[in-house]
Amino acid sequence: MSDLVADLLAGKHSALARVITQIENRSPGYREVISDLHQHTGTADVIGVTGSPGAGKSTLVDKVAATYREQDQTVGVIAIDPSSPFSGGAVLGDRIRMASNAGDMDMFFRSMSARGSLGGLSTATTDAVTALDAFGKDKIIVETVGAGQNEVDIVRTADTVAVLVPPGSGDDVQMLKAGILEIGDVFVVNKADLDGADRTVQQLREMLQGRSGRPDAGHHGATELAGDHGDAHAGDSDDGDDEPETWDPPIVETVANRGEGVEDFLNALADHGDYLDRTGRREGQARERFAAEIRTLLREDANELLVEELDRRGGIEQYVDAVIERHTDPYTVVDEVLTPLRECVDQRRDES
Amino acid sequence: MSVEQEQTERTIRCLVAKVGLDGHDRGAHVIARALRDAGFEVIYSGLHRAPDEVVQAAVQEDVDVVGISILSGAHNTLVPKILDGLKEYDAFDDRLILVGGIVPDDDQDELRGQGVDEIFGPGASMEEMIDYIHENAPER
Repeated sequence: MSDLVADLLAGKHSALARVITQIENRSPGYREVISDLHQHTGTADVIGVTGSPGAGKSTLVDKVAATYREQDQTVGVIAIDPSSPFSGGAVLGDRIRMASNAGDMDMFFRSMSARGSLGGLSTATTDAVTALDAFGKDKIIVETVGAGQNEVDIVRTADTVAVLVPPGSGDDVQMLKAGILEIGDVFVVNKADLDGADRTVQQLREMLQGRSGRPDAGHHGATELAGDHGDAHAGDSDDGDDEPETWDPPIVETVANRGEGVEDFLNALADHGDYLDRTGRREGQARERFAAEIRTLLREDANELLVEELDRRGGIEQYVDAVIERHTDPYTVVDEVLTPLRECVDQRRDES
Repeated sequence: MSVEQEQTERTIRCLVAKVGLDGHDRGAHVIARALRDAGFEVIYSGLHRAPDEVVQAAVQEDVDVVGISILSGAHNTLVPKILDGLKEYDAFDDRLILVGGIVPDDDQDELRGQGVDEIFGPGASMEEMIDYIHENAPER
């Protein structure tokens, strides 16, 4: 075990921060660090918060974190902001909103930028949650702008996902249709003191009713994915009921900057946590998450192996040239590169 | 693709902090934007931060550069508190500490003696500062 891991487990804040830096940079050795940390995880509640820009995510997270701190629970927050696709630079501004927890070291707040990485961000987020969990945080909050697949992947790190909707924005509700609505366990209409809040609540309720026709849609599609594998069945705890219990996502109204409704929101999160425990879905979700993580890592590593192999053969350009000249075609190229690898694997299989 | 990214230079993270009762943040905004455009990741603290908030941010964000903007003249009081806090959390040695603002010459020597790496006053150019960071960012 490295000194860094030992320092993190001993509760040293700078070690935790450095581990997350290594995760972000994919520094040499970060894999061993995560491997060492994994056995110390599994105790934290992970909450995902997403919603359109300006919905009030950071402000609500600040108030939620402050309330948890009042209850003597330690909190870790990961806030993900977009980065410029041109310079790679970013201004990470979520920290400005964290005024309620200023100077409190047991409230660990970390800004991460998307760094234009393709899909790699969800891996980095998962690993950062691992680090915070191993550090001993009771509650971990992952906060991200909700738009598109990348964000959907990120919030899947969480046990409970909260989706924030600002009022009076028909367009935002439109945006929610595209994938975000399905992943919310709790919906929050923030800025509920503004005009149009009632209407937004009503619209949301109608849309959610449309969704309740599909009972499995409420928990991150855990059963769908588990269905890929006969052995990993999410709903294996039935309490004698024929109908498995389903989760009806509540809609909570908050005015985050005044702290109104935060208590209701926390109760809704706690209710969902109880539901996960009662139905055994927490375990199902964890299974699904680890399965997805293993698949992602396999894909990334296999991809790296192939890039190396391609480089060894002189790079992709010569193949492209040959394909353009019509001497060969993409399928043949792939076969040519993969055949030795397949043979290696076959040989190993025969030996064992 | 991830392989190529690993080969390139790692991303430098900078904290731009406004400390104390000084309410002038135009300069800090301009600098935050310039650093972003130079490809750095910038964490902006917001106005009126206490020294221990700056320390908290610098430690948790694991920044390479701590940039402190002070135009109020309170640097002799506030900067040492930040430096002490960083040392307390073992986050002083591998960090570049920069001060920006109006600091008289006599005070500059004292701040440098306490551990500030560089001080940028009025008239300092963005290029100067960005080059300085590139050249002096800590090895990690």
